[in-house]
Amino acid sequence: MNVRCQVSMVFHLDKCIGCHTCSLACKNLWTSRQGTEYMWWNNVETKPGTGYPTLYEDQEEYHGGWEVKDGELKLKLNTRSKELLNLGFNTRLPSLDDYYEPWTYKYDELTNSPLQQIQPIATPVSLVTGKEMEIEAGPNWDDCLSGSPIYAANDPNLRSIADEERRQLFEMERVVYFYLPRICNHCMNPSCVAACPAGAIYKRGEDGIVLVSQEKCMGWRMCVSGCPYKKVYFNWSTGKAEKCILCYPRLETQQAPACMHSCVGRIRYLGMLLYDADRIEQAAKSPDHELVQAQRDIILDPFDPQVIREARENGVEDKVIESAQKSPVYAYVKRWKLALPLHPEFRTLPMLFYVPPLLPVTGSMNDGIYESSRDFFSSLENARLPIRYMASLFTAGDEEMIKAVYRKMMAVRVYKRAQTVGDIPEGEAAEALERGGTTPEEIDDIYRLTSLAGFDERFVIPPFSREAAVELVHLTHTPAESSGMGFIHAPERGL
Amino acid sequence: MDTILFVAFPYIAVILAVGFGIYRNVRNRFTFSSLSSQLLENRQLFWGSVPWHYGITLLLLAHLIPWIIPGAARYVLSDPVRLVILELIGLALSLFTAFGLIVLIIRRLPGNSRAHAVTSWMDGVLLFLLAVQTFSGIGVALFDRWGSLWFLSSIVPWLWSLVRLQPDITPVIALPAFIQFHVLIGFLLILLFPFSRLIHIFTIPLGYLRRPYQVVIWYRDPRRRNEGQVITYGKQPLE
Repeated sequence: MNVRCQVSMVFHLDKCIGCHTCSLACKNLWTSRQGTEYMWWNNVETKPGTGYPTLYEDQEEYHGGWEVKDGELKLKLNTRSKELLNLGFNTRLPSLDDYYEPWTYKYDELTNSPLQQIQPIATPVSLVTGKEMEIEAGPNWDDCLSGSPIYAANDPNLRSIADEERRQLFEMERVVYFYLPRICNHCMNPSCVAACPAGAIYKRGEDGIVLVSQEKCMGWRMCVSGCPYKKVYFNWSTGKAEKCILCYPRLETQQAPACMHSCVGRIRYLGMLLYDADRIEQAAKSPDHELVQAQRDIILDPFDPQVIREARENGVEDKVIESAQKSPVYAYVKRWKLALPLHPEFRTLPMLFYVPPLLPVTGSMNDGIYESSRDFFSSLENARLPIRYMASLFTAGDEEMIKAVYRKMMAVRVYKRAQTVGDIPEGEAAEALERGGTTPEEIDDIYRLTSLAGFDERFVIPPFSREAAVELVHLTHTPAESSGMGFIHAPERGL
Repeated sequence: MDTILFVAFPYIAVILAVGFGIYRNVRNRFTFSSLSSQLLENRQLFWGSVPWHYGITLLLLAHLIPWIIPGAARYVLSDPVRLVILELIGLALSLFTAFGLIVLIIRRLPGNSRAHAVTSWMDGVLLFLLAVQTFSGIGVALFDRWGSLWFLSSIVPWLWSLVRLQPDITPVIALPAFIQFHVLIGFLLILLFPFSRLIHIFTIPLGYLRRPYQVVIWYRDPRRRNEGQVITYGKQPLE
């Protein structure tokens, strides 16, 4: 056993209201510089939808992530030697148009406009070329299903469902969508790291955060292609890859990352997970339908005395182990088995997990009469989004696994409703409990952490003592620009 | 004059290239690469970058290998059939390379506003010189036939005399001015290496073929802690 610990996350999709506050908090902090305007390290996309960048989930096109070939785990992108032959032209790179061309407006046209009959208009100007441009796409262009015949209808996950189901999905009375906030997954088995020819991307041993060394990065762009979630971006101005840093400067001072801190719906949870690094490859090689379970298996029980002993031996500090025991992520992922990784079939073993949204049945048209269903929470077959669709997002197509999650979530709702409102017959609540495979105690715990948890329960961040670690390797008393972390020079390009 | 051009200039070019190359790598590692514009412009780049890079790599090898192993090259070229075939391949390759370069130049013109937006003045100088060099090379191949043979008896001895620090320019001054021009532009390009994007040739990551897929970096390496080595990573380790 080789115990490592990692900061990991749970996003509770049932609570996401799609307000994009997280995206803006992140943008204001990290990506408002030249060359990064088009990047959204945190983005919220509407599902069904093609996402950002467009169709990023389609690995037939982008070849991101891993595949098992002849019993070996290999990058789907290319063999290593072929990757080197492709250095001059990366064949699987999205272009700026797959994201969008960033722009601003000539605002002075508004303030300097002469008196005239019509309203003055500020002309859009490209932030790349500085020239006037036509806006053809922008961030969240398909927000809340806008332009759904182009965007939502082409969602790669819809390939798994029948035509009839797909048609119904976009019927006015049934139309349905939910939000999927995404940041870097800080994967256990990151394919961006593996694809980097320069070896510039690395995973921090102490907390598992995946970072790009800006000095080692040579701008080959293979990480962008290698990441199946397209969460590494290319800064066209500095020629370097950049990505979500999980606000590590905030984490090291025990603050929640900006996106999580600002989350209005309180959907985000962050905590430590202990896992067995020796079994990463084995887990990533599991057959599609066993991937989620395999990942759960190598996440270790922080209360197990043997795990604690091995963790200590590996240099994990007691305070970190203690915080892993209180981790809300451990509760959702391993104890309750409610949170699932996005697209486990990409085999990167993402460390960001999602509680799928419930989307209860609300109504249907029968002979021109609109009827709302009485069966609010208990019918999986009538779920507004086909189970198969959710399965293709979160369980690599395994419907049983996602059904188990839903049955437990429904049990929580039915049981709590019976308890607090009292309009559900006793028998029905007990039946839901049994179907969900859960107990009243567990339901109370789930209910507490989902609905009532305060800041310190949602974000359990141990003291990383990073400053003490830094003092070991850096001279802290030397003047600025001669030592220290990060850049000694301004990050400017040469010729 | 010939001494300045064919002795002093090559030495200065190489010394400056190596010296500033090392300086740039140590002092300003951040800039030690080529600024890719593929994100901004993808389609023309394919038709430019692919022929150019494959073509120029093979052509440079065709210049380099006979220089390093002239004996073997002389043996291979001693047969007229092989000589003709190799010369033809070389000419075809140089046309292929020139095609790529033309596309790359068109791509960087103001007409393509996105790629033009990330083009520096040095990129312009470089594209111009590379075009001069490629087309003068094609000119040499067409008008001064059997270059692969006379290369061995003129340029190679001269280059080796420079390497041995006993410069002997007699073999090059006998060459036509057009060939001398091609040689001098070559050294000018070498001189420009550390001052331009050409530096990226020295960043080709061959280490990637050998390294493990995953890279994990610790401040304190737990595996080595028991061996008494605590610090394994950092810019300036304490003495």
